[in-house]
Amino acid sequence: MRLNCWMLLTALALPATATEDLVQFESAEQQQLYRQLTAELRCPKCQNQNIADSNAVVAVDMRNKTLELVRQGQTHDEVIDFMKQRYGDFVHYQPPFQLSTIWLWLLPILAVLSLAFTVFRRSKSSQTAEAPATESTELDAELQAMIDAASAKSKE
Amino acid sequence: MRKALFYVPLAAFLALSLFLLSGLFSDPRDHGSALIEKPLPAFQLPDLQQPARIVTAADLKGEVTLLNVWGLWCPTCNAELGFLTELRQQGVRIVGLYYVQPVDAAFGDTFDIDKLRVDVQDKLAEQGDPYLFNIVDEKRSLIFDLGVTGAPETFLIDRNGVIRHHHVGDINPQNWPKIQQLYQNLLQGGTDAP
Repeated sequence: MRLNCWMLLTALALPATATEDLVQFESAEQQQLYRQLTAELRCPKCQNQNIADSNAVVAVDMRNKTLELVRQGQTHDEVIDFMKQRYGDFVHYQPPFQLSTIWLWLLPILAVLSLAFTVFRRSKSSQTAEAPATESTELDAELQAMIDAASAKSKE
Repeated sequence: MRKALFYVPLAAFLALSLFLLSGLFSDPRDHGSALIEKPLPAFQLPDLQQPARIVTAADLKGEVTLLNVWGLWCPTCNAELGFLTELRQQGVRIVGLYYVQPVDAAFGDTFDIDKLRVDVQDKLAEQGDPYLFNIVDEKRSLIFDLGVTGAPETFLIDRNGVIRHHHVGDINPQNWPKIQQLYQNLLQGGTDAP
């Protein structure tokens, strides 16, 4: 009975170890770089998936090419450039900083600045709105004087 | 000043709506090509009809050419064959770049160029043959260097072997006039080129 259990367990464990050994690396750094690159590169066919997620032919080819370049010892930027030369800026999830993409950085800054400006103006105008209160006390005094005068007249 | 500020949210909302509206009419597959105005990448690949003949980038120079990426496995490519054949009859020079899908060795699949040649011949006899010749890219190396995402895709190449246009999807009577314009411009200009 115990032997049967062990056999069952080893049989279950076999496929798990088999899939993990598919891609082998010389070093942990290369493995880390490969993971990072396949997560950062975007599949040009099935959009909104990175090449690690996608099984489209082009994504599989890109993964294999990434692996080949990483094994050659190329750096992160070299691999990204290699892919961009073929598939354009689209292929990298981090857009480049250039004239056509500058709004991606400018718009949030402009939005925050305009909001700050509005809040600043609001608080200033609410301060000035309190000013008429002193005028009204003068008016009150005038009114009181008129009431006093009128009541004095009615007493006569 | 206060009145003007009152219209700022409305203007921002309208601008955002127009931006999103324009997105409805844009083609998500159209994200530009990195190879426009660049020379055709170097390659050495066999001709499908005579595998002993190795085609290189130099063989595509000299005349304005449409390089059409296609495969028998791709239904849109097969639907496109008829119209491309009409274009060939009008004198358009079309070269095929055959997209070989990966074979799964685990299932005992192997790539057989002789079988492919027969299959392609049968298909072209049935649907029309638009191609001057076909380049077989078994490992998809040229296809990768061209930034091809799938099939069909077509490259317009000028006399000097420079890529001038990259069209994703099929060529049909609706979208051909736009490509034809570019094609005619290339035909008329640069006749002095080698």
